[in-house]
Amino acid sequence: MSEKRPLPIPDLDSAVYWEAAHRREFLLQRCVSCERFRFYPRSICPYCFSEAFEWKRLSGQGTLYSYTVIHKPPSPAFRDKVPFILALIDLAEGVRMMSNILECEPNSVEIGMPVEIVFEDVADKITLPQFRPLQP
Amino acid sequence: MRPGIRDPFGRSVAIVGISESQCGRGVELTPLQHQALAAQKALNDAGLNKSDVDAVMTTDVVGLPSLKVAEYLGIKPRFTDTTITGGSAFVVFVERAALAIAAGLCEVVLITYGSSLWSDRSRLSEQAALDPRMSAAQFEWPYGDFSPISSYSLAAMRHMYEYGTTSEQLAEVAVASRRWAMLNPDAVLRDPITVNDVIESTMIASPFHKLDCCLMTDGGGAVVVTSAERARDLRRSPVFLLGSGFSATHLNITQMEDLTVSGAKESGRQAFARAAVTPNDIDVVETYDSFTFSVILAMEDLGFCKKGEGGQFVEGGRIGPGGSLPTNTSGGGLSYTHPGALGIFLVIEAVRQLRGECMSRQVPDAQLALVHGIGGWLSTHATLILAR
Repeated sequence: MSEKRPLPIPDLDSAVYWEAAHRREFLLQRCVSCERFRFYPRSICPYCFSEAFEWKRLSGQGTLYSYTVIHKPPSPAFRDKVPFILALIDLAEGVRMMSNILECEPNSVEIGMPVEIVFEDVADKITLPQFRPLQP
Repeated sequence: MRPGIRDPFGRSVAIVGISESQCGRGVELTPLQHQALAAQKALNDAGLNKSDVDAVMTTDVVGLPSLKVAEYLGIKPRFTDTTITGGSAFVVFVERAALAIAAGLCEVVLITYGSSLWSDRSRLSEQAALDPRMSAAQFEWPYGDFSPISSYSLAAMRHMYEYGTTSEQLAEVAVASRRWAMLNPDAVLRDPITVNDVIESTMIASPFHKLDCCLMTDGGGAVVVTSAERARDLRRSPVFLLGSGFSATHLNITQMEDLTVSGAKESGRQAFARAAVTPNDIDVVETYDSFTFSVILAMEDLGFCKKGEGGQFVEGGRIGPGGSLPTNTSGGGLSYTHPGALGIFLVIEAVRQLRGECMSRQVPDAQLALVHGIGGWLSTHATLILAR
């Protein structure tokens, strides 16, 4: 097992997403035809099959749909991170994504809590969109 | 229908042979040796020879699995299937076998599975075997996603939030499974456990403790399926397929719309409709217990109880030995065996129950069994209704 944290390898669908994240911008595709956002990036709308889309900046806000506190490290790379929070976030724009919840104690995380985006640099050119409890 | 094409359900197709290879920890067999041994024993169980087999069905996450097995066994099949739906695949294969037999494309189908997961554990990581181009590699793994454990944990946490399901109720599933395993001499874990033991075992990913999670073992199995006519002259009494159902709702957990409702709702609906029976008619259930929660969710979605009531349903020993809905009578993936995929072992145990071969864990007068396989990250669901 690799000691290194698994890193995204951007592809033709996702390069814009990862380049934006590295600039600390949170972009997702919105279908031009049905106007729905989609997660994860792909070349065709999974709702209406239109190929026309535009990259839109998101509010970066959402609510926590579910979470789990990971106690056993998934790989040696996470050994010094456990326990950590793995969560599904319902974004305000109507799509769901996976993230960690940073700046939050595992015993104070709650389903339904409002969260906001933060960016975490994890490698030279890779920045992960992450979430933390919404700051007042 | 064209001549030669029949209804695949309604007792036209039967399971006539079953066997495990050798399950346990540290079994010195390669995955192909597991399949060869199980195939030999299952064909012997049926009273059939290798030369009778004209179809091979198996799967793996890499390579050309059905050709690997067919060539190793010296079979030149006229039909193969390698559908990759995760642990449910071996349940799906029974349906595919019935369709192919009913259509006249083949007559004797050999379904196999083999894995040396436990012995290989230091050599292989599950993610290394998966396609690094799948979207989870970009959008889930960097966050420390730990699937399947984390996907099922996320679903269980949401279910607890919406319906008040408790850790004690999850633990009831592990306790029932262990009570069955205590009656199965081949089970890996046979020491009695309590609800408290489960809750006090090491936390892996909330809400799952170690004893909420299935085992990691070595093992293999094989199932032989043929037409009702051919079954008539064979060694064992046939177990007929009355109905089947399948549903795939997503691959990655981020794409599952409602984590408290699974594709079992659809696969179960199809299987019950095709078999023309209801949950009340079922005598024994074999459902994929990758985690304790998987059983609670399946009970609801298959219609054994109402949505949200699965936790209460498994209380009071209802699914354990002597309970009103005997479930996972071998001890399942939680206590009997789990060499990476459980599907084939669910089918084997259901057939054994319907044949009345289960000795001290036999469900009295079992006539009708439901088998439910789950694959991936709650992604695929396959249901069978079997009858003696």
